[in-house]
Amino acid sequence: MPEQTPDEAISSAGAGGTMDLALDEGDSLEKTPGGPRGTGPDTKPQSLWSDAWHDLRRNPVFIISALIILFLVIISIWPQLIASGDPLDCDLDKSQEGSQPGHPFGYDGQGCDVYTRVVYGARNSVTVGICSTIGVSLIGSILGGLAGFFGGWWDSILSRLTDVFFGIPVVLGGLVFLSVVTSSTVWPVIGFIVLLGWPQIARIARGSVITAKHNDYVQAARALGASNGRMMLRHIAPNAIAPVIVVATIALGTYISLEATLSFLGVGLKPPAVSWGIDISAASQYIRNAPHMLLWPAGALAVTVLAFIMLGDAVRDALDPKLR
Amino acid sequence: MLLEVRDLHVEFHTRDGVAKAVNGVNYSVAEGETLAVLGESGSGKSVTAQAIMGILDMPPGKISGGEILFKDRDLLKLKKEERRKIRGQEMAMIFQDALSSLNPVLTVGQQLGEMFVVHRGMSRKDAKAKAVELMDRVRIPAAKERVGNYPHQFSGGMRQRIMIAMALALEPSLIIADEPTTALDVTVQAQVMDLLAELQRELNMGLILITHDLGVVADVADKIAVMYAGRIVETSPVHDIYKAPAHPYTKGLLRSIPRLDQKGQELYAIKGLPPNLLHIPPGCAFNPRCPMAQDVCRKDVPPLFDVAEHRQSACYFWKETLDAR
Repeated sequence: MPEQTPDEAISSAGAGGTMDLALDEGDSLEKTPGGPRGTGPDTKPQSLWSDAWHDLRRNPVFIISALIILFLVIISIWPQLIASGDPLDCDLDKSQEGSQPGHPFGYDGQGCDVYTRVVYGARNSVTVGICSTIGVSLIGSILGGLAGFFGGWWDSILSRLTDVFFGIPVVLGGLVFLSVVTSSTVWPVIGFIVLLGWPQIARIARGSVITAKHNDYVQAARALGASNGRMMLRHIAPNAIAPVIVVATIALGTYISLEATLSFLGVGLKPPAVSWGIDISAASQYIRNAPHMLLWPAGALAVTVLAFIMLGDAVRDALDPKLR
Repeated sequence: MLLEVRDLHVEFHTRDGVAKAVNGVNYSVAEGETLAVLGESGSGKSVTAQAIMGILDMPPGKISGGEILFKDRDLLKLKKEERRKIRGQEMAMIFQDALSSLNPVLTVGQQLGEMFVVHRGMSRKDAKAKAVELMDRVRIPAAKERVGNYPHQFSGGMRQRIMIAMALALEPSLIIADEPTTALDVTVQAQVMDLLAELQRELNMGLILITHDLGVVADVADKIAVMYAGRIVETSPVHDIYKAPAHPYTKGLLRSIPRLDQKGQELYAIKGLPPNLLHIPPGCAFNPRCPMAQDVCRKDVPPLFDVAEHRQSACYFWKETLDAR
């Protein structure tokens, strides 16, 4: 049940009390249209989601992280808005030069403008993060949800399969799988993350479906003749989806840093793709003479990952106040 | 006969062994009749109801024998899909805790209307109108305004009314109410019970009322079946049983009701604990707690003896029990 804000709790407790009394005595006191809890602007029916949204709007952590993410998404769609240069337009004469007018972040080892590369790098990071999360969530929640609902042999197979995937070290797996790929697009990286990431969501989805399945209202729906499909979509899914959303949001940040890690190791995105991971990797050799080359992409990566993890935390607090 | 349960056996396969929850239950309900099934927790009354509804969790549950005849069809022989169509349309169930039995993320109107969408193929708009009609019928004030509210915005009594409305939506011929008033305040209990009884009369439904509250039963039921350790130990028309119980267990139950004329005295309690369903004692399951137990009770399972017309007792000493008031 969604948590009520204190003032609503008081008003509903008060109104509920009087309403019961009125009815218990067969009184007609409360039969005025609108009912005891009325349809006034403050006491609109509250669902889990509208309650969560109500909480989120007041949470500074959510506001800050949402603004950062909004900014990131905008610049990854239209990087030209804030960067006029070309990330691949480099001049070796300017290699490792520091900050100067028009080029606030200086130049990297190849003489490319660091500012432009940081801005253009956002696109790949955000694409990897969002696409991986969507893929992982879809596959994970469908497979995990079915396993939780039906149980039996399907559940046993899936549970052992997730164990197998949990046993694969991510970085080692990336080195093995991705070193054979020559494409410089983001898709092999996304595919790899989805392949290794879905068991995490599948476990969460399985667990929360099992919890939701044993709720009395699912039994009640069954006793009133609802079919399996209907119970799953209408009664179980809406009540089981919250933990999946929370974990997926937090995981999004880690997928972005995973892409950077893989690119740093040379198996994720490959030049000429523009990626913070590639830039961090290239800059690591010059860290003593030109630390600015490392700091700017690394800072952008840290802020992005942090923003998504903070968003996930805020969403978790809003959806499950008990965990706070 | 609307519903006839014949020699029903249900067991649960657990890690510790086989728990025999229902061991040969027989009862029947006619149209317009109310059968109260009495018994403490673990006596098998709810499991029997779940078996009738077809919502028993299998596994671990297993119906190991018997027949459930509903309108002369054996439900246990029907296909899953056929049984699903019976649920909700021809038989429905009311659960104990209305708050947990209503989906927290859907409005009550959506949940009531769902009955018509699922079984009658109505449009959402028509279903909503039907939902308002149903809420009026169970006397929820300002139904039109409250149809969009969520379950947590209603009081306990109102929620149970909504559960009743849901069960009655398609006018089934059999209702099973599993402790419908246990979770409610005492003052609200009587109202909800009256409403249920009234609607039952109106629609001429059979009603199985599962309860452990003898007080609730007296006003509403036509006949009573008392269950103990998965067996029926006594069946009787409702008034005879209060006058003279024919089984020591029923007698113990009746004596443990607080009474106004015994103020200040110690309240009677049946000594001992309900039996462990994994190891039901041999013979009469009640023998370790029974003040009248003899050797025969520890050896043989007592059959149901005819005590009077429509009255049966599973006690070798039913005569003595009847006589010793």
